[in-house]
Amino acid sequence: MPQNSIDILQAHPYILALIKILIVLLVLSGIVAYLVYMERKVLSFMQARLGPMRVGPWGLLQPVADGIKLLLKEDIIPAGADKFIFLLAPTISVMTAFTVFAVIPFAGNFYISDINVGLLFILGVSSLGIYGIILGGWSSNSHYPLLGAMRSAAQLVSYEVAAGMALVGVLLLSNSLSMVEIVNRQQQMGVWNVFLQPVAFVIYLIAGLAETNRNPFDLPEAESELTAGFHTEYSGFRFALYFLAEYTNMVVVSCIAVTMFLGGWLRPFASVRALDFLRFAPVASLAGAAAFILWLGLKSLLPLERYFFVALAITCVLLAGAVAIPAVLNAIQGIFWFSLKVLVFLYAFIWYRGTFPRYRYDQLMAVGWRWMIPTALGNLIVTAVVRYFVSARA
Amino acid sequence: MPETTYLDANELLINMGPQHPATHGVLRVKLKLDGERVLGSECVIGYLHRGVEKIAENRTYAQFAPYTDRMDYVAAVTNGMGYVEAVEKLLGVEIPPRAQYTRMVLAELQRLASHLLWLGTHALDLGAMTPVFYTFREREEILKIFEKYCGARLTTHAFRIGGLQYDLYDGFEQECLKFCDYLLPKIDEYEQLLTRNRIWIDRTRGVGVLSAADAVAYGVTGPVLRGSGVKWDIRKAQPYEAYDKIEFEVPVGQHGDTYDRYIVRIQEMRQSVRIIRQCVERLAPGPIFGKVGKVIKPPVGEVYHSIEAPKGELGYFVVSDGSTNPYRVRVRPPSFVNLQALDIMIRGYLVADVVAVIGTLDIVLGEVDR
Repeated sequence: MPQNSIDILQAHPYILALIKILIVLLVLSGIVAYLVYMERKVLSFMQARLGPMRVGPWGLLQPVADGIKLLLKEDIIPAGADKFIFLLAPTISVMTAFTVFAVIPFAGNFYISDINVGLLFILGVSSLGIYGIILGGWSSNSHYPLLGAMRSAAQLVSYEVAAGMALVGVLLLSNSLSMVEIVNRQQQMGVWNVFLQPVAFVIYLIAGLAETNRNPFDLPEAESELTAGFHTEYSGFRFALYFLAEYTNMVVVSCIAVTMFLGGWLRPFASVRALDFLRFAPVASLAGAAAFILWLGLKSLLPLERYFFVALAITCVLLAGAVAIPAVLNAIQGIFWFSLKVLVFLYAFIWYRGTFPRYRYDQLMAVGWRWMIPTALGNLIVTAVVRYFVSARA
Repeated sequence: MPETTYLDANELLINMGPQHPATHGVLRVKLKLDGERVLGSECVIGYLHRGVEKIAENRTYAQFAPYTDRMDYVAAVTNGMGYVEAVEKLLGVEIPPRAQYTRMVLAELQRLASHLLWLGTHALDLGAMTPVFYTFREREEILKIFEKYCGARLTTHAFRIGGLQYDLYDGFEQECLKFCDYLLPKIDEYEQLLTRNRIWIDRTRGVGVLSAADAVAYGVTGPVLRGSGVKWDIRKAQPYEAYDKIEFEVPVGQHGDTYDRYIVRIQEMRQSVRIIRQCVERLAPGPIFGKVGKVIKPPVGEVYHSIEAPKGELGYFVVSDGSTNPYRVRVRPPSFVNLQALDIMIRGYLVADVVAVIGTLDIVLGEVDR
């Protein structure tokens, strides 16, 4: 039977691709839902409060409840809206956000496709996402969404220039646009790009914040000011789509940053043999999670919650045991390190939101055009010159 | 709105409030804009008018005291203190030192609570969402002390004409000192979050500039006046209670911008802690009530008494016709007078700055409208 199914897969390669796409799509949707939960929790703990606690143990089912609520809400279309475009706009945002994952290598052995213009594809597709915002704001036929959309678009376009130029610096080092190749190149060099391109990294990070409309650049959603943003007129499921797109974009930006600058699926200091024990990090982290969950559970006063947490802890221990099998351990190395790095980025996104005030609109544009773009340009030129002389010597 | 637009076609009249999250209550501001630039503004107030001054004429002196708590409802203790002192001045009674120091401790705690609330909401207006949770956590401790002292947290009615109704509860002194020790590091924490934060500086420095001359001309008082560099604090200039026996400094700013006002208030919080510590030290056992009869019937006459409320000079003008009810009570609320300066402070700035300036004026609409 196994032999037979492998034959089928080889005869029809698109089946495997479809399965991968399905896995990525489903897992990602789940991750995005729980990213919202994580944001609310982390932010709460930073702000001396608890966050969602009511739905499920420690509010763990909150994303489910939110999802159901949004699905069941009435889908309102404003009377003067351009109906077709109004309905189309959110799907553009979501589709472009998810399409990017087609070329992101989650591990050396797990990616949907590796095309030789990977990075160009990402930049192109994520630029298309702006249409979702502009069209959504315009078709609502209302003042504030229009203003919000204009602001968003201006913000995205100007910061995209800086982000793009920062990424070109990396391209000069890796001689390739393929995302897989960029990571492989970092493995060969034995050093992550972040150490070779620190300026580009910082610029990309800031531009990434701006592109995802996150604090301190969350002007399009500034509640205390004029505009409530391009999705003011959206409700129910279509609003959820914009929401989904926004958080997916956060994951996208993190994934790109990790791939381009932080060695993608490579473990830290992959070339240092002395640190080989880090291979067991997945086992250790699962065991740590189990211990933490057990501690939480034993502290809990509700019997049901206690059982749930103990069961969860046991599951974690079993998973840790399964992961300890050498074959499995090798298989998940890449995906583990990749997810860990992405998680660090996402945490940082939330952290910034808890720390910074918001920029004013003109200041935001000034930062973009007066600082980010010139710095990115300078970085690009310096990199190119250094690169030229180094390769000329070699 | 006197000024004309640069290009008439671009003139845009928009309405902000009264239901706007950043106007700190029911303030309505009509803004005339050129693009995003503010050309002029007009405040519309009165949405929270309850006729407090008129009510005073139909109440006895003692009955009116609780109404004062409901004007600046985030600084009820100082509001009550101003009224009670004005009537005492009219009666010509001396109140014993224990009552004086108790009043000062509570008033300074109230100043801290008011400034904490201001800091949190001001930061929230500018997009920093974390400080508000921290400051409310600290403010809670103050409210707990109030609650233990007089049973109320917000509208305290803490003082009576002639002294205090209740003596301090056991352990009040220790609790106050403990709170002081607790608060100082927390103030450092807020400063860590904001004072040298690049974005905070960009949003506040040079925004809403009020020159010293303008500030004086508009009758602005309190931290807003001191932020413009005028060293005027009623506690120093016309000491009431026992402020002349206490050592503290009056922080002033230089540029009169939003950032300076922020610094002034932060420094004031530190000074308040200093005052509380000194007052608690001087709290000696003794009587808590002066010589006031059961029925308060001041002689015919009038008196104006002002104190330094958290938001500025809070004055009470009380006229007595010799009966049990005041003939007229006129309140000079700091928020109302300070709000007049809003127009010149936002002219020429952007819409996003309006939010910052309203926040930095630290107005309470209950006090503006009365």
